[in-house]
Amino acid sequence: MNPLQQLTAYATIVIKEITRFMRIWQQTLVPPAISTLLYFVIFGSLIGKRIGQMDGFDYMDFLVPGLILMSVINASYQNVVGSFFGAKWGKSIEELLVSPTPNSIILLAYITGGVARGVLVGLIVTGVSLFFTDLNIHNVAVLASVVILTAILFSLGGFINAIFARTFDDVSIVPTFVLLPLTYLGGVFYSIHLLGDFWQRVSMANPILYMVNAFRYGFLGVSDVNLSFSYGMIVFFIVCLFALSLTLLARSRGLRA
Amino acid sequence: MDYALKTTQLAKTYANGVFALKGVDLAVAKGDFYALLGPNGAGKSTVIGILCSLVNKTSGQVEIFGVDIDTDFPRAKSFLGVVPQEFNFNIFETPLQIIRNQAGYYGIDRRTALAQTEKYLKLLGLWDKRAERAGELSGGMKRRLMIARALVHEPRVLILDEPTAGVDIEIRRSMWDFLRQINNAGTTIILTTHYLEEAESLCRNIGIIDQGMLVEDTSMRKLLRQLNVETYVLDLERALDEVPASLAGNARLTDPTTLEIELNRGESLNHLYELLSSADISVHSMRNKANRLEQLFISLVGQAPQDSE
Repeated sequence: MNPLQQLTAYATIVIKEITRFMRIWQQTLVPPAISTLLYFVIFGSLIGKRIGQMDGFDYMDFLVPGLILMSVINASYQNVVGSFFGAKWGKSIEELLVSPTPNSIILLAYITGGVARGVLVGLIVTGVSLFFTDLNIHNVAVLASVVILTAILFSLGGFINAIFARTFDDVSIVPTFVLLPLTYLGGVFYSIHLLGDFWQRVSMANPILYMVNAFRYGFLGVSDVNLSFSYGMIVFFIVCLFALSLTLLARSRGLRA
Repeated sequence: MDYALKTTQLAKTYANGVFALKGVDLAVAKGDFYALLGPNGAGKSTVIGILCSLVNKTSGQVEIFGVDIDTDFPRAKSFLGVVPQEFNFNIFETPLQIIRNQAGYYGIDRRTALAQTEKYLKLLGLWDKRAERAGELSGGMKRRLMIARALVHEPRVLILDEPTAGVDIEIRRSMWDFLRQINNAGTTIILTTHYLEEAESLCRNIGIIDQGMLVEDTSMRKLLRQLNVETYVLDLERALDEVPASLAGNARLTDPTTLEIELNRGESLNHLYELLSSADISVHSMRNKANRLEQLFISLVGQAPQDSE
C-alpha cells in the first residue's frame, strides 16, 4: 500500500471507531458523566466542604482535574479494549487481517479511536464540573498535551489487554484489579503530602500519579511531582507499550493460529 | 504456465502438535475455477487460512500471482478476496458500512468505495437491505454480503470456503451463476465445498486433500473419467415382477417400478436403451444413483464428505 492508501485505511478505521462509540452513546458517553456527577456531589459538595483546603485550594477545585483525567483514562482504555476484543470475539477482526493494511496503521487507528472517546468524555466531564466550580486554567498547552498523551497511553493498555483476552471476563480484570486501584491511589482525591514518607515513596511508583499531577498543574499551577519528569514518564510508557503492541501484532498473538 | 497461486511444500503444525499440512504442493492457473475438497480435518481450511493470512504457516512457500507472501504479504493480500466459512462481520453494522469499510482497508478512497459498494450490493441483490443491520439479514443474504465484501476491491483471486453452506437451492443456483460470471470475466476462483455436485458443476480443476496431503490434483474431466462404474436409477412406467433376462447381472429391482442398472465405463447408453426396448420396458425417468464426484471422493479418501471442516 502506498502512503495515500494507508491514510485511507487509517481514516476508515478511525471513522468506524468513532461511529461505533457514538452509536452506543448511552453506554459510552452518558455513564462517565453520571458517575462523575455523583463524585462531585458526594466528594466535592457534601464531604469536600468539611475537608476544607488541599494544597492551598478548595477541595472541589483540587478534585476536578483528577476526576476529569480519571474519566479520560477509563474511556480511552475501555474504548480500545471493548472494540478490539469485540472484533476478535465476533471474528470481524478478520476483515482487517486479510487486508493489506499494515499493523502499524491498525494500531494507530485504534489508538486514535480511544483518544477521540477519551477527549470527548473529558470534555463532557469538564462541562459537568462547571456546575460545581469555576475552572481556572493555568496552562492550556499542558492540559491538552497531558490529556492526549494519557489517552494514548491507556488506549495502548486497552489494546494489549484485548490482544491477550480470551473471554469477556479477561477484559474486565485489568480495569478492576489494576486500573481502578492505581487511579484511586494516584492522587485523584488527595495530595500525596498527606501520606507518610514510606507511602509517598510507594505512590511515586504509580504512573497515574504523574499524569494526574501534570494535569492538575495545567489547571491549578501546582503539582506534587516534577512536570518534566511526569512528561518523561508518560512518553516512556507510551514508547514501551507501542513497541509491545506492534510486537504482539507482528507475532499475531491471539489473532492467528 | 502462469499461476494465480502456487504453494511449495506448505506445512503447518498447530501449537497443540497437530500436523495439519504435511507439505502441500498446489498450483492454480490464472483464470481457473478450482475445487479444493477433502474430509473433515483434512487441512482445506488451513490452506485457505494460510493464503489469506489468518493462519501462520510453519514452513513452505506461497506465491500469489508471483508474489511470495514472505517477502511482500501486503501486496499478495491485495490480490485476494476471501469468503470465509463462518460469518465474520459486525452484526451491528449495515451492509453499506461493512462493504465500504472493507474497501477502505484496501486503500480505496471513500468516493470510489461508495461506488463499488453500490455496484456489488446491487449485483448480489442486497441494495434494498443496505441500511439494515447485518445481523438481521437472512442466512442467504449474509452469504451474499460476504461475497460482495470479498469482491469490493475487485480481487484477482476469489477464495470461497463453503460459500453456499446452509442456503436454499434457489439461492445456491443463483450464486453459482454469479460465480460463473465473475470467473468468465477473468477472476480466478478457489472453492471448498461439501456439496460435491457444486464442485462438479462449477470447477474445471480439482485438488483433494486428505490428512494434510494433496492426494489428487487434476482436471475435473480426468478425475471423472477414472470412474469405472456408474449406477443409473430408472423409474418405470409399468411394474415388473422380475429383472428381464437380457439385463440380468447388471440390474436389480429395488421395487416393482424402480430398476437400478450398472454400466461399465465405455458402455454406451444407446445399448442400454436397446436392451430396455427389447424387453418392452418403458422408462418414465432416469437419474444417476450417486453424484459421480462423490463416488470418486469416497474411493480416494475413504469416506463421504462432511458438513464442515
